Amino acid sequence: MSETVSKENPSAREAATLVPPVDVIEDQGGITLYADLPGVPKDGINVHVDADTLSIEGEIALDLPEGVESTHAEVSLPRYRRSFTLSRELDADKVNAEFTHGVLKLRIPKAEHALPRKIQIAVE
Amino acid sequence: MIYRSLFPRDFLSELERLQSEIRQNLDFSPSIRGISRGGFPAINVGSTPKSVEIYAFAPGVDPASIDVQLEKGVLTVAGERRSVLPPPEAKATAHIDERFSGRFRRVVTLPDDIDANSVAARYRDGVLHISIQRRAAAEPRRITVQ
Repeated sequence: MSETVSKENPSAREAATLVPPVDVIEDQGGITLYADLPGVPKDGINVHVDADTLSIEGEIALDLPEGVESTHAEVSLPRYRRSFTLSRELDADKVNAEFTHGVLKLRIPKAEHALPRKIQIAVE
Repeated sequence: MIYRSLFPRDFLSELERLQSEIRQNLDFSPSIRGISRGGFPAINVGSTPKSVEIYAFAPGVDPASIDVQLEKGVLTVAGERRSVLPPPEAKATAHIDERFSGRFRRVVTLPDDIDANSVAARYRDGVLHISIQRRAAAEPRRITVQ
């Protein structure tokens, strides 16, 4: 799994986005990805797999009181986006997603044929 | 077309992220209260005539474990975020490791006119929103010229 820049439609290219920090952990059964997307409500998140590209997008929605003026901003864009290229042994049809407290957890299992197999060594 | 793939859309924000990571590690001229930018949680502050609104972007933290204190006009947000990385003995590899883990503490200096008795803190979607009311007397008042 490697990171890519999205080759989506040109209009999406214009909008600047935040790059969410991620952790990617691989074990024998597959890959687990954690992404920090604070401020994104459950319906504002969009995870999709297009061919071998996994894209994560999220729109921040904060409850701002009326007439609020920003005095200090470290999160200065309202959108997150990041995409990755999946390698062939991952089963993109079985991606499982959980989203709690602003952390997205994706589990991408390895395809059956790619699971590790112990090879017996025959000793003559 | 080639330059597009060399300088992709995310290039600048990626550069900014790297820059903040470098700053965090090298610590050239930290503020007296530590790193003001690029720390965890990221903080946005806004104000209205009636209140001061603080948003701390702290995803994946148990709301009950966040410690928010207000003392002498200084707001402190502290807590801990556990690592999800596998222990060294596990049969797993961390390919990317960017998310913050460990104890955190951030401090915000508030304006003088806040009312320390009317503070509300909510945690939703990984964002801690602290709303502090300002004292009524501090609201701007129009003075009639006679």
